[in-house]
Amino acid sequence: MSIFGPLWLSVQLAFATTVILVLVGTPVAWWLSQTRTRWKPVVQAVVAMPIVLPPTVLGFYLLILLGPDGAIGSWWVQLTGSALTFSFTGLVIASCIYSLPFAVQPIQNAFESLPKHYLERAWTLGASRLDAFFSVAVPLSLRGFVSGIVLSFAHTLGEFGVVLMVGGNIPGETRVISIAIYDHVESLNYTAAHQMSLLLVGFAFAVLATMFVINRRWSER
Amino acid sequence: MRVGAILLVFLLAVPARAADAINVAVASNFSRAAAELAEQFEAETGLAVRLSIGSTGKLYAQILNGAPFDVFLAADTARPARLERSGHAVAGTRFTYATGSLVLWSRSARDCLAALTDDGAGHVALANPETAPYGKAAVEFLATAGYWESVSARAVYGENINQALQFAATGNAAIGIVARSQLTAPQLPAATCTWVVPAASSTGLEQQAVLLQRAADNANALRFFEFLGTDRARATIRRHGYELAR
Repeated sequence: MSIFGPLWLSVQLAFATTVILVLVGTPVAWWLSQTRTRWKPVVQAVVAMPIVLPPTVLGFYLLILLGPDGAIGSWWVQLTGSALTFSFTGLVIASCIYSLPFAVQPIQNAFESLPKHYLERAWTLGASRLDAFFSVAVPLSLRGFVSGIVLSFAHTLGEFGVVLMVGGNIPGETRVISIAIYDHVESLNYTAAHQMSLLLVGFAFAVLATMFVINRRWSER
Repeated sequence: MRVGAILLVFLLAVPARAADAINVAVASNFSRAAAELAEQFEAETGLAVRLSIGSTGKLYAQILNGAPFDVFLAADTARPARLERSGHAVAGTRFTYATGSLVLWSRSARDCLAALTDDGAGHVALANPETAPYGKAAVEFLATAGYWESVSARAVYGENINQALQFAATGNAAIGIVARSQLTAPQLPAATCTWVVPAASSTGLEQQAVLLQRAADNANALRFFEFLGTDRARATIRRHGYELAR
């Protein structure tokens, strides 16, 4: 097993997850930032739950939901002929749930700190709601987006417990880097474990340092 | 005040019990049998036994790294022998406590063997061959019997043999290649087919126990170790689907 195979798989998983989370998480974050419903804390709690829940709880329910007899899995089997567990697609779904708060929360915070009158001014100037959102709210919340993107990417890269439960350890499909490292440590293959771990240590540092540099530039502006 | 007293009782009671308990590292396939043996031993002697369940390879790595186990019930002979050679186990204590067998298990396939050659039958769950002797034996069986070509592309690997069965029992894998001893699990769904792999199809699943170095002078641990060889313990082990030489 090469060192880069599992890392590449993890990067693909993190990339797919991040793209989906930005697309799905942005409307959720926007809604949360604007809503006045008394249900807001409930929705917020649901979004934040993956931070608190152990990966085993998520893994357990995903195993049941995504499996060939599960509510989502059986439907997927009819659609595609194969189940979601033990598949890359299944891992993407699992990661989206697992990393959801890491995308939604920074974006929501950015939206909430937008001065309300900016949007109102755009509306009175005749901009549609959607237009105002994309030309005013999004550019001004860019920092939140960068944080959300970096955090969900990094968090997915470090995912372990959920994948261990629903992945099935298939090389090239579900054996992501954290699982490969676990395998190497268990089979006393410390050289390979070191190589992969150091790669990940370097990668994590680079990603986070870049984010903090960008953040600092921003606050200096 | 009352809360403080209760806390104090716990603080005093828990470590004392923990220090006396016999820590046993148990290969996953033997977990249910070991639990019953521990219960019998506790009832007989009043001594507490604590079981740590995992794949043989994982437990082996933990022992090398100083895990506080007194007895190791492995799923192979190789790792206990290596521990003996490296001085982690007490020389001369190694003995075969059980011989297991592999079994194909499914809750959806009509014919377990046919499902091994049917590429469309779904995933085949086995234990990680790197760390689990039952996974290694499963791969050997699949290779020598000519099933590997069909199975390799749809194999999924459990972290240990219990996870392999769990994959099959939840229907996520069509077939599980597991230990016969696992089939007595209480909540296991009804099987649609089972097929015991003949012993000749893979290297034997002789399972050895060894007394670990840190328990060399531990009379309680030694007592449990000896209990494993008694007729009563052997009867329990047989009842869980293992073979034992007379």
